[in-house]
Amino acid sequence: MRNVRAAAAVTLAISIAAGVTGCGGGSSASGGSNDSPKTLTYWASNQGPSIEADKKILTPELKKFEKQTGIKVKLEVVPWADLLNRILAATTSGQGPDVLNIGNTWSASLQATGALLPWNKENFDAIGGRDRFVESAVASAGAADKDPSAVPLYSLAYALYYNKKSFAEAGISKPPTTWDELVADGKKLSKDGKWGLGAEGSNLSNNIHQTFVLGQQHGADFFDKSGKATFTSDGAVAAVKQYIDFMAKDKIIAPGNAEYAQNQSLTDFAKGKTAMVLWQAAASTFASQGMKPEDWGAAPVPVAAGTPGTGKSTNSMVAGINMAVFKNTKNIDGAKKFVKFMTSDAEQKLLNKTYGSIPPVKTAQADEAFSAPDLKVLRDTLSTSAAPLPQVPNESQFETAVGTAVKELWADAAAGRPVTTESVKARLEKAQQTMQQ
Amino acid sequence: MTATVTTDSRTEKSDRVTSRGNGGARRRLPRIPDRIRQGGLPYLLLLPAVLLELLVHVIPMVIGIVMSFRELTQFYINNWGGAPWSGFDNYKIAVDVNAPIGEALLHSFFVTCVFTFFAVGLAWLFGVAAAIMLQENFRGRGFLRAIFLVPYALPVYAAVITWAFMFQRDNGLVNHVLHDQLGLTDQPSFWLIGDNSIYALIVVSVWKGWPFAFLIVMAGLQNIPRELYEASAIDGAGVWQQIRKITLPALRPVNQVLVLVLFLWTFNDFNTPYVLFGKAAPENADLISIHIYQSSFVTWNFGTGSAMSVLLLLFLLLVTAGYLLITSRGRKGTDA
Repeated sequence: MRNVRAAAAVTLAISIAAGVTGCGGGSSASGGSNDSPKTLTYWASNQGPSIEADKKILTPELKKFEKQTGIKVKLEVVPWADLLNRILAATTSGQGPDVLNIGNTWSASLQATGALLPWNKENFDAIGGRDRFVESAVASAGAADKDPSAVPLYSLAYALYYNKKSFAEAGISKPPTTWDELVADGKKLSKDGKWGLGAEGSNLSNNIHQTFVLGQQHGADFFDKSGKATFTSDGAVAAVKQYIDFMAKDKIIAPGNAEYAQNQSLTDFAKGKTAMVLWQAAASTFASQGMKPEDWGAAPVPVAAGTPGTGKSTNSMVAGINMAVFKNTKNIDGAKKFVKFMTSDAEQKLLNKTYGSIPPVKTAQADEAFSAPDLKVLRDTLSTSAAPLPQVPNESQFETAVGTAVKELWADAAAGRPVTTESVKARLEKAQQTMQQ
Repeated sequence: MTATVTTDSRTEKSDRVTSRGNGGARRRLPRIPDRIRQGGLPYLLLLPAVLLELLVHVIPMVIGIVMSFRELTQFYINNWGGAPWSGFDNYKIAVDVNAPIGEALLHSFFVTCVFTFFAVGLAWLFGVAAAIMLQENFRGRGFLRAIFLVPYALPVYAAVITWAFMFQRDNGLVNHVLHDQLGLTDQPSFWLIGDNSIYALIVVSVWKGWPFAFLIVMAGLQNIPRELYEASAIDGAGVWQQIRKITLPALRPVNQVLVLVLFLWTFNDFNTPYVLFGKAAPENADLISIHIYQSSFVTWNFGTGSAMSVLLLLFLLLVTAGYLLITSRGRKGTDA
């Protein structure tokens, strides 16, 4: 009986222990081979309104590729919320897809793992050469001193989307070009249960994108040249405070936006509850929510003064999706052929048109299809006034640490607690210390 | 040798009996050597379970412990066996309460303790109360029993995401009822960010956990003889006295296991806070499970995350061992 009890106790202890400490295995990824030349697995990020819609869009293209090369591509569309974890798990276990999409802000972090195929001259030549791509897009595919860890696939930038009807009702004739104008317009628009500007306060990535741009305008980079975090610099603090003050001081963002993380601000915009929103390629979402193209306008994101341009007048991060190849693929040649196919002029035009993004391939970008007013704003922003997020290996930690600090500041503002330079600095200080340990 | 012959002849006889019973179709059962039958058979039968236990629990646990002694960051996850040894550095970082990581871990530990106390306590209380109320047979009891088990049967993700919608400040049902309909709050409250988030977490956890308590207690109640209640009623005992003097003491062994299981599940609960708040929970609801996940999978500091896991494991083992020791002593006293 004692033995049975002892066995039961050991089993229970083991179960608890395993539940708490269980972790996956790992294997080293060596160079790719051509052991399975007839198949490829592709993880596509969810770009369209739904996973089903993405499958519908991509399947005919994959069939086209199969017809051309005889290589069958197994497609899996992975939601954004799961993608980084899935990539991480695949990296650790060595059991991942052959080709995959990554968010371009993750490039340097994933590059540091050593699991992705580096796009050196030889590999770029296999897909038509590095020169085919817009340089800012390639610059956002890895650290500056290394070969890119991926190839740009869809490029995006931020724009200011505004509701034309709301603007007309408030007597505003044109979209704001500076932040002062935006606040002034926002105050005119914030009445009768409607609000001037929308935000996604609980979306960590969005918080980073917005504060990074404001940081650039205040001369702050969040990292110094050696890659050390500088979150508490005067410029970074001022940038974060300016963003939170849209709710805390200027009262042009609804307090409820502090808990938004699922694109609810776009729904509010489509319903006419919010008059402006800062977003990347939002047209297809607005259309899917019943808006007509003539209902909204797109303008460059405001700057502190003057007009957008390089340096202090940066008004967007270089956003986009890249295509990477796992180094341990069993079909290295096929993987490169597939990347070549997806970045070909024809596919670039077709896919970017469908998703409302801008092709990072120069020749495709010149196509007439990308000259519509809102796409032209995105295209001009990308080519003249967008800057890539810091390409440092701990970029992912930066997004979490600073994104969370901004989220907590939104919660303070929404609850009516004062948001001061000191309180902003204290939150950023905490985030910075976490990075340094 | 003699024993073998005897056993064999017995087996043959039993085979013949089996054959007749099956309508004459003769079927020969595989012979198991007596050595195995007498000595090793139980162990042979346990072998698949032991192997699975090793694969699913023990080996990952050992790997987790090994990882906690390595400097495992994004630079090494592709070949984590090659990550440099870091000794106790990860543990030092985890327990250094004067630095942000240790301070945050301690904070999340306290939050988890408070959360577990209320979530387990309320789930147990509701479970016991509902089971006792449904002890008597009445019209509709079966229906109520089935309804009460719905939260336990629903997929966790679907259930918690529904709660997340209901807790939304501007469009959620909770504020609609509390603020718009009942007028209990001056303005719509935030439940998914800020100070109230811990209440939202406890509500969802209790809603999810109490049906299990209800189910277990209901099973325990079946073993209490009805005569005890009848005899106590004749002696003039009221309902409350019956609950205190008969029901709760009789349920004691069931409750001991139930509270332990609820404690372990709740303390380690990851799904509820993750689905409710995402990967960055509000400070007030920053449970240790989410905190460790964040250290490991969001900031890619697997070594420190593993060290935190091992510390949590030690804490839970200690609490479980203490609990088992105290409750088994109490049981021995009762048995005597």
